[in-house]
Amino acid sequence: MKVSSSPFRAQLRAELQILARNGEQLLLTLIIPVMLLVFFGTTDVLPTGFDDHMDFLTPGIIALAIMSSSMVSLGIGTGFERSYKVLKRLGVTPLGRPRWLAAKIVTVLLMQIVQLVILIPVALLLDWNSDNAQWLLAIGAVATGSIAFAGLGLFIAGRLRAEVNLAAQNGLYLLLLLLGGMVVPFDKLPAPVAAVAKCLPSGALADVLRDALVGQAERPGTSWIVLGIWAVITPLLAASTFRWE
Amino acid sequence: MLPAPTTKVKGVSVDVPSFSRINRDEPTLVVDHLSVRYGDLVAVDAVSFSAHAGQVTAVLGPNGAGKTSTIEVCEGLRRASSGHVRVLGLDPTKDHRALANEMGVMLQEGGIYPSARPIDVVRQYCGLYGSGKTQYANPQELIDLVGLTERQKTSWRRLSGGEKQRLSLALALASQPRIIFLDEPTSGVDVNGRSTIRDIIRRLADQGVTVILATHELDEAEKICDRVVIFDKGKVLVEGTLDDVRKARRTVRLRTVRPLILDDMPDNLAGWLIEDAPCDYSIEDAPQGLIAALAVWLSERGIDVVELRTGMASLEDVFKKLTGGES
Repeated sequence: MKVSSSPFRAQLRAELQILARNGEQLLLTLIIPVMLLVFFGTTDVLPTGFDDHMDFLTPGIIALAIMSSSMVSLGIGTGFERSYKVLKRLGVTPLGRPRWLAAKIVTVLLMQIVQLVILIPVALLLDWNSDNAQWLLAIGAVATGSIAFAGLGLFIAGRLRAEVNLAAQNGLYLLLLLLGGMVVPFDKLPAPVAAVAKCLPSGALADVLRDALVGQAERPGTSWIVLGIWAVITPLLAASTFRWE
Repeated sequence: MLPAPTTKVKGVSVDVPSFSRINRDEPTLVVDHLSVRYGDLVAVDAVSFSAHAGQVTAVLGPNGAGKTSTIEVCEGLRRASSGHVRVLGLDPTKDHRALANEMGVMLQEGGIYPSARPIDVVRQYCGLYGSGKTQYANPQELIDLVGLTERQKTSWRRLSGGEKQRLSLALALASQPRIIFLDEPTSGVDVNGRSTIRDIIRRLADQGVTVILATHELDEAEKICDRVVIFDKGKVLVEGTLDDVRKARRTVRLRTVRPLILDDMPDNLAGWLIEDAPCDYSIEDAPQGLIAALAVWLSERGIDVVELRTGMASLEDVFKKLTGGES
């Protein structure tokens, strides 16, 4: 029987197996973003303010997908691993925290590649024009956003009981979906809500992705700064507060 | 390396992973004046004991006695408030990575994702120990060894309590350990499963592995352990070989044809008798001459003795006596 040739590979393989066996994670990270993209892409009901509503929608849905994989999926999974004492059990193996974290990061990256490989062709099928896309800038935005959301997800997962963590991650997902500037434009939100939304990682990621993918961001410079700050603060917060048991 | 012995599990012959031979005279686990405090609560209070290669050391004690805190310090999961612990000559915290490669751990419960399948988890754990070994443990052999061959593709959440325990034992063996910590390994396990687990534990010790067994099940411990450490209220009450601990409390069993009226007996006799049931009595640590005096007193009153037997106390007797009865 084949055994993975290093602790990292063994752990990565286990992470991917667990991901594949959790249907609700696939629903959250793949099916819901694709459904939202297809629904709003074919109905044109969103008051986007863009000439082509797909130019608004595609970066927003990609931001949503990144949030779902790096924050919600990672956070819920890690919360249950704490609860089930999986982390405690791994703590008495030679794996070590750096390799455990590396396996988590690679799992999220692989999931995001699958997300993008599915979402971008779907957007193109819905007549999104990618001529203006700066892909390297978009990858940088996705990476920065992933760090920010992963830190946020692990911060929540590292403090709360598994069930409370589950509710908090899903609640935050819904809140940011509706009020985070990803699907509903900032200028369609009530002014106080919009002011807060612009400071959230969701709104900032959606805005920098609109800059990278369609060149129509509202305030790309500010959004990059906001996203960068979140990407520094949340991992530090998670690292300093995370409880392994 | 010792030759890999063969055992039969559900009719299948399998090889037990081989383990390194080590010096059985030197203690492989040394706990020296260890204390663990949680705020103001002293969970472990300056305890000292040791364990040796090739022996099963049972760590016994009521809930909250300090067993788990002590073992978690030995495993490197928890820091000592004061005192020292050396496991295989290593510091469990500073040398954690090196120790983890040589150590097997079975948690009391959990530790596995509910949707995971036994064969996948065992394969994962065999891989986790890959870089520190010349040869991996064979996942299929471990699954067969603990008797989960037919359930290896069933998700963990669908396994019975006993099957979960046996899977946890397989994970502890994935490191091909030189020292193994087992927390309640037979809890919730049926009779056949207990026999399998007991057999594996005994043979691990026979191959030179240091086995640390924390359990509430005194009869199980008595069947397989060589040494005993009894905890209570954060302290070690007694430590020694099983025989020494039992011999220290010699017991006399007395059974009579009719109940004795203890009030009629002189205090120097009645004060030693413990009435276990009507007509059944025991005497612990009887002083010299007591049994003879008792026999004379019974004879003078025509009370026939059905049984008068001296012997070592059972582990349960010793435990109850030391801890006040709670296991």
